[in-house]
This record gives sequence, C-alpha cells and structure tokens, in this order.
Amino acid sequence: MTLLFSSKDVTVKFGGLVAVHALSVNIHAGRITGLIGPNGSGKTTFFNAITGLCPLTSGYIALDGKDISGLAPRAVYHVGITRTFQRSRLCLSLSVFDNVMVGRQNGLQFGLMENLVRRGRFRLDLVRHHERVAALLNAFSPDLANRIFHPLHSLNMIDRRRIEVCRALIAEPKLLLLDEPSAGMTPDETREFMDDILKVRENNPQMSIIIIEHEMEVMRRVAEHCIVLNHGRKVSEGTFEQIVRDPWVQEAYLGEA
Amino acid sequence: MNELRLWPSLAILGFAAAWTLCLLIVEDQWMIWASVAVAAIAVFLIARAKVGAGLGASLNASGHLFIGLVAALVITIAAVIHDGHFQLMMLASVLIYGLVCIGLTIQFGYAGVINFAGAAFFGIGGYTAAVLGAIGIPSLLILLAGGLLAALVGGLIILPILRTRGHYSALITIAFGLLFQIFLEVNETLGGPQGLKVEGARVAGWSLLDGFSLFGYEVSFYFNYVLLAAALFTLAFVLTRNMERSWIGINLDAVREDEVGAAVFGINVVAWRIFAIMVGNFVIGIAGALFAMMQNFIAPSNFTFSDSLLMLSIIVIGGIGNLWALLPAAIIVILIPEKLQEIGEYRILIFAILVALVLRFRPDGLFPRPVRQFKAEVER
Repeated sequence: MTLLFSSKDVTVKFGGLVAVHALSVNIHAGRITGLIGPNGSGKTTFFNAITGLCPLTSGYIALDGKDISGLAPRAVYHVGITRTFQRSRLCLSLSVFDNVMVGRQNGLQFGLMENLVRRGRFRLDLVRHHERVAALLNAFSPDLANRIFHPLHSLNMIDRRRIEVCRALIAEPKLLLLDEPSAGMTPDETREFMDDILKVRENNPQMSIIIIEHEMEVMRRVAEHCIVLNHGRKVSEGTFEQIVRDPWVQEAYLGEA
Repeated sequence: MNELRLWPSLAILGFAAAWTLCLLIVEDQWMIWASVAVAAIAVFLIARAKVGAGLGASLNASGHLFIGLVAALVITIAAVIHDGHFQLMMLASVLIYGLVCIGLTIQFGYAGVINFAGAAFFGIGGYTAAVLGAIGIPSLLILLAGGLLAALVGGLIILPILRTRGHYSALITIAFGLLFQIFLEVNETLGGPQGLKVEGARVAGWSLLDGFSLFGYEVSFYFNYVLLAAALFTLAFVLTRNMERSWIGINLDAVREDEVGAAVFGINVVAWRIFAIMVGNFVIGIAGALFAMMQNFIAPSNFTFSDSLLMLSIIVIGGIGNLWALLPAAIIVILIPEKLQEIGEYRILIFAILVALVLRFRPDGLFPRPVRQFKAEVER
C-alpha cells in the first residue's frame, strides 16, 4: 500500500489551549480512515490545520511526500485535498448545479473571452459539466439529479450534505475530508448516507477518505482504519475491532469499564 | 420559452415604454402624480399576478431578445420626442445612471464589495474626458481612457485593505469619495470649485453636439447622446449578463456568500474582489466620461457623496444583483423626482424613506434577482 498523506507531530495551540497535540497520522491511498473522539478532542481543528484554515504551531503535513504545511486554503485545494464542513458552507442563493461547480476550480476556464464573448464555446463546456454534475448527483439519488437547477434553500439536510460531498468530489481530489457528515441527520438518514459514502469509495478506488464521526455504528460500517482522539492526542489506532477492545474506548463509548 | 409567457411579457414591456414616454412628455404636476400612481398600482398588480413571475422567467431565459427590445423601445421613445432637449437629456441620464449601476451591480451585487464612491469614480471618468478632450483625443478613446483610469484608481485604493473584512473596504471607499471631492476643489489645474469645460463627443467625424433635421423634423443633439448611451448600456448589459451566466459569475457569488468556503475550494478571494472592483469601475468610468461630454461642463459638485448614495439607492430599490431592475429603478430615482418639481428639496428625504421601506418590506428589492438558470442553455 502506498502512503498518500501523513502528518508528523502536528500541534495546534489557541493561546494556552492545546487543541491538537503532536498528532502523527499516516493515510494510505484508497482507504477510508475514521477519526473518532468526543467533542473538543481536536478532530475538526486537525481538518482545519490540514486545509490551511488554522496555522500549525509545530509539526508538518505531507501529501504524496511533498510538504504542504502552512499552505493557504486555496493552495491546499490545488494539491488535491477537498473537504466538507460540519456546519454546511454551501451558497443558499445558488442552484444545486452552481454549488457543485464551485468545487471545479481546477478544471474551468476563467478568461473574459471564454466566458463573456465566445458563448458558443462556453455552452459546450457548460453542457459537458452539466452531464458530469448530473452523473455525480445521480450516483447519490436520481431525484437529486432531477433537481439540479433548483435553489439550494429548497433542499433538506441530507440532500445538502450530498451536494457538499459532490462539490468536494468534482475536483477529483486525492484525499477527501468529511467532517461529521451525519450531524443533524436521523438514524435512517445516517444509514442511507453511509451507503452513499461506500458507493463513493467504490466509484473512486484511488481516493482516500478521512471521516469524522461520533457514531460507533457508522465507524464499524465504513472505516477500514480508525484513529481515536482525546484532548488532541491519539489514544488508540487500528481496525475497528482493534480499537473497540481498547479500554479507554470501551469506557468512553461503549459504557463498559 | 413558451408562448403563454412571451406575450404577456411583451405587453408589460410595451406598457412600460408607453408609460415612460408619457412621464417624459407631460408637464402638469397632477398628471405626473397620476402616472406615478398608475405605475405603482401596475407594478403591484403585476408582481402579485402570475404574469410577473412569467416576466421574470422570460427575461431570465430569453437570451438577448429582451435587451434588444428594450434598446429599440428606448430609441423609439427618443424618436417620438425628437426635439425636446430636456426630455431627451433626462432619458440619456437614466441610461447613463443605468450604466453606472451595471458597474455597481458587478461590485456589490455579484462580488459583495460595496462601493460608496461611485460618484467619485464617475467623476474620474468625467475629468478624464475634460482633460483629454481639450487636447483633441478621439471621443471613443476618451471613453475607454475614463474607464481604465477609474478601474486603475479603484484597484489601487482597495488593494491594501482587501485582505481584511468587507466593512473596511466600504470605509475606504467613503474616505476616497470625500477626498476626491476636496482634491478637485483645491486643484487649480482641474478648475477648482468652478470646474472644467468638456468637449462634446465626436464619433466618426460627426459632432454629437449638433442637432440635425431628418424627414423635415428637427432633432435635438441630445438624441445623439441617447443613442450613444443606449448603445453603451446595451453592450455593457449583454457582456455583464454573460458574465453573470458563466463560471466567473458563479465564482463571484461564491466569494460573496462565503469567503472561507470559497477559499477552501481553490478560489482566490482577493483576486476576484479586485477583479469585480476594477471591471465595475471600468463601466462607471465610461459612464462618467459620457456624462461629462453630454453636460459639456463638470464641477466637483457633480460628484458628491450624496450622488454616490443615490447611485447605490438605485440598485437597492431595484433589486441587488438583478440587471433587469436597473432601468425601472433608475426611472424611480432619477426621472420621477426631476419631473415632480413640487417635491424639490425633499427628494433626498423621500429616497431615504423609500429605501427604508424597501429594505423593511422587500429586502431583496422591488424586482429581486432570480436564481441563476442554465436550464435553457443546457437543453437547447
């Protein structure tokens, strides 16, 4: 297995608070890694550190062996990492199609001629991308693909999450970060959404995924490798079966001392 | 586009044109009040009824059919008036302010960068026209130069502040607007408070300051300016509408709605804001140069902070980000007060109340911007 992503001794401090403490993680290509831990254990901060939204206090992050620590968010995108957010960051006044296309910065022409003047050409580009977006949406639900030009604010929570994932997928990233995608969903919706995630993985065998989750059931289903965080430190790592045997995890999550 | 929507939409446009013509021609104050009341009732009914939605959808999906139609109607109105200097000047002013507001729409409506110095950049275009006209540069080049200079100055003043949040760039535009006016008043080479004379436009060797007669009708020279303003407005409208319906439009919206989300998806937020400011100012500068040529004379008092607010009130009343709303809103803000001499000094007060009412009861404006639709283009 090839190593895709690694972090070495990543530490993030906010004033006196250590949100992430010397975290070292290795992610192999084509694997789903689960990141588990109670609220405030530094999961989202770790994602923010990877995507350049908050600065590293020390340590470094590498993708494909290249150091990417300290890059601006937009540069992180261009090396091949995209993400979703726990609280959705979609544009409510735009259509489903527009929202997904925001993720396609690495494949569009932004010249004035291409966009303003040569409209025939633009239309061909548009039709091509329309097919692509429709195919992505269709993989989640045919119903969603039918609503490709509906405004985002007319959609429910699970569909919005799906669109966030589509926006992250259309860039064809090497690494996809999913920040608690089941937050705010009913158990049924969560189950449905996890099927979607497994489908995504099937369709993109080379892509790696890191998923933040609270629910142990979800982790059991989707994660091939789990990392448990508490107070910004890694407390356990391994397959799901391995980590559930860890005494700390048993106490915190399964209520068995 | 289905026929059922097309015909009512055409009827509404026809009514709007006939109404605008009436408003321009009538002088009796009671008649003007009556036509304002008729328009208010008509807009209310159209907005309530299905035809209103139909009009919005037709405009949204129609390609450039409707803007061509609007341009044709404007020229028809001008041709009917043909020798009324004042009316034609008002019509040209509405178009020129409409052009300014296309620029402000790119900045505020799309990229979310508010520009409180619209009148100052308009003035940069105007003073460019005065200075370059005096040394005999061709008019169309002067228009271009006015736009470029406004774009350049706008880009330079906004550059140091753009890394911070939006409010600061709004503050710096206020500061610039005030500084610009003081600068003009103390600068003797630019005429000081008395201002400067501006050469009229010459296009293809033909002075736009000359009236002419056609088929035995005397035609005011302002007719020429209506034509030129309508041509520039239409061109800017078509290009800006194309921009809105393109990848650039999506990016500008993304920058406005959520800059963190935009940055995480590889969008260079600062670069797109500068782009919007410069392109918007380019349009505003051209409008200013045209205005100066038409007026023949400009002074610092033409470009005050309250003029900037007037320009912004057009896009707020019309519907932020909706190009189609600019002409009706420019008529409300520019034309109606000019015709209603009675309200005179109270006009700013009335605008303040109108803007407050719009923000309270229709925060997206009288004609809100529709969701971008690529459906027609994809399915064609």
